[in-house]
Amino acid sequence: MGLESALGDGYMTSKVDSLVNWARSNAAWPMPMGLACCAIEMMAFAGPKYDASRFGSEVMRFSPRQSDVMIVAGWVNYKMAHAIRRIWDQMPDPKWCIAMGACASTGGMHRCYGVVQGCDNFLPVDAYVSGCPPRPDALLHALMKIQDKIRTEHSVMLDT
Amino acid sequence: MTLELNETLQNVVDGLSEKFTDSLIDVYQSSGDTFIRIAPQVNVNVCQYLKKEHHFIYLADVFGTDRFTSEDRFELVYNLVSMRDQQRIFVKAWLPEENPEIESVTGIWESANWFERQTYDMFGIRFTNHPDMRRIYMPEDFEYFPMRKEFPLLGIPGSIDLPSTTPDTE
Repeated sequence: MGLESALGDGYMTSKVDSLVNWARSNAAWPMPMGLACCAIEMMAFAGPKYDASRFGSEVMRFSPRQSDVMIVAGWVNYKMAHAIRRIWDQMPDPKWCIAMGACASTGGMHRCYGVVQGCDNFLPVDAYVSGCPPRPDALLHALMKIQDKIRTEHSVMLDT
Repeated sequence: MTLELNETLQNVVDGLSEKFTDSLIDVYQSSGDTFIRIAPQVNVNVCQYLKKEHHFIYLADVFGTDRFTSEDRFELVYNLVSMRDQQRIFVKAWLPEENPEIESVTGIWESANWFERQTYDMFGIRFTNHPDMRRIYMPEDFEYFPMRKEFPLLGIPGSIDLPSTTPDTE
């Protein structure tokens, strides 16, 4: 069929790190945290036109236990921050976070008493996406940046 | 200022000035709407009268304003609509800065429940005889009233807690 016929009786070598990173980076399942209008663009990102499944990220699970990337899409108020942090804490390691749009990154135009001025006040954000709302391509770009980050990580540690 | 009232609203104003002569403070029009200012002590009676006698069965909104004056600082506004007559009327009452308090109209319109909770949340106007006088938006332990003029737009730093970023080490 595929690789095995090309290899014949031979074999190939690799590192566990690269194998695990390859698997992880191509199956980064998002935890959609849709809070405002950015969530509409996030749906387009998962839909057939922009097609996040090309990157293995089409599985929007709505379950923190089965997710790897949290996409915070929209403005975060102080009451919601506690729920988001709780969901984030329920996600199994390793996990990554995308702050999608101006509001999730900095508070955006919601410069007022009820809105957290950037979700990095309580979450470790890996990628920020600019735009209001960002186009789905921009979110795909953030996802690709996360993939790059995963691929350069040391995923397996020697336990000595 | 001369009032241009149609038949329905003229009836309302006439009825009010007859029944609540001492408590009717002002009637004026602005931007095509009619406003009636009453003494805060009679708000429930006036609302009851407008609903029963003039068919204002729909309470569209209750809200406050901070006039930021030294006397009668807060203004409470009821936005009443009569679907049958297709009329809208605003009933206002002024409240003092110290301990602003007025009786709830939840007994007349059920919808006043959440409107009054929001007015309490934002301005600190308390409603007596309200079935559930709690904050509706802000956290329960929040100490300020954000729509008051002296409240800074960006809030008081540290007045609302953010979640712990190291939950395992609590």
